[in-house]
Amino acid sequence: MPDDAPVLASPPTKRQLFVGFLLLGITAFGGVLPLARRMVVEKHRWLTPQEFTDLLGLCQFLPGGNIINVSVAIGMKFRGVAGAFAALMGLIAAPTVVVILLGMVYDRYSGDPHLQHLFAGLAAAAAGLLVAMAVKVARPLRGSRLGILIALAGFIAIAVLRLPLLPTMVVLTPISIVLLRRFA
Amino acid sequence: MTATLVALAIIFTQLSVLAFGGGNTILPEMQRQVVDVYHWMSAADFSALFALGQAAPGPNLMIVPLIGWHVAGWMGVLVTSAAKFGPSSIITVIVLGLWERFKDRPWRAAVQAGLFPVTAGLVAASAWLITEASVHDWVLAAVTAAVAAASVFTRVHPLWLLLAGGLAGLIGGGF
Repeated sequence: MPDDAPVLASPPTKRQLFVGFLLLGITAFGGVLPLARRMVVEKHRWLTPQEFTDLLGLCQFLPGGNIINVSVAIGMKFRGVAGAFAALMGLIAAPTVVVILLGMVYDRYSGDPHLQHLFAGLAAAAAGLLVAMAVKVARPLRGSRLGILIALAGFIAIAVLRLPLLPTMVVLTPISIVLLRRFA
Repeated sequence: MTATLVALAIIFTQLSVLAFGGGNTILPEMQRQVVDVYHWMSAADFSALFALGQAAPGPNLMIVPLIGWHVAGWMGVLVTSAAKFGPSSIITVIVLGLWERFKDRPWRAAVQAGLFPVTAGLVAASAWLITEASVHDWVLAAVTAAVAAASVFTRVHPLWLLLAGGLAGLIGGGF
């Protein structure tokens, strides 16, 4: 079979969309996107690699979690609004149940000192993952003094001055677009 | 109760349409609303819920239904989930139809380039605020630093790092 002509499977039904994203939601720990690509492109062959990359590019551009938007976009592409709903529900159903069970454990045993220490360690580790994420996201800014300044302004507005997000973005984003266009 | 649900709906709808660059950019605003404005929980509780959300499988921001549950039970789960995932999904559905038309326009690249440093700043702010609320002693500070380093420099699975952090907290807790 030639590599340059990937053979696509027949379009998924709403049920297949739901089940596909349900299994993805249950099995994806710490980053769904690589697994989503594997499911959509390699396992089910619903999309070609190029189609998936294009869809992801659009989803990164829009508000909302990337994987959430990818599930909606794929459902929409094949089965319209009902398909988008089926894919999204499949994706978030199982993780919602799991996280609430964890929340129940946390509430029930939050008085227990051992569990308190465990959860404190878990929270510190989650903070560490977020720090690492910030480092990875900021890396491409190296060499762009203007980009670093804009990122710093956003950081100070939110983390230090504790300004609300809406006015911060409404002011900072257009400034960033104009400055980067003109000087970078 | 209704007032609480309405407040949850308004907060998470706003967060939904502002979440450019993925979920972590809206974490500080979520914390500000839930902790500082409405006093539904402490900053430490917020960090704990965030950690539980990270430990669960699936998309990034599973803290969202958890906040709904914590504040208003199952109705809260429904309201926060619908408010957080609904509006951005509707935008995706609408834009998907228009996408082909402005795919190659130069302004699209300019907007994306301009959004990027803002996103980077917001994610850094998230990291700062969650760390501030999670680290109370040197054991926890060491956990955060070690996990951050491991995640940047190695390819260890995040779930193992969370597990190791929990165990380190359990063992080092009394010091």
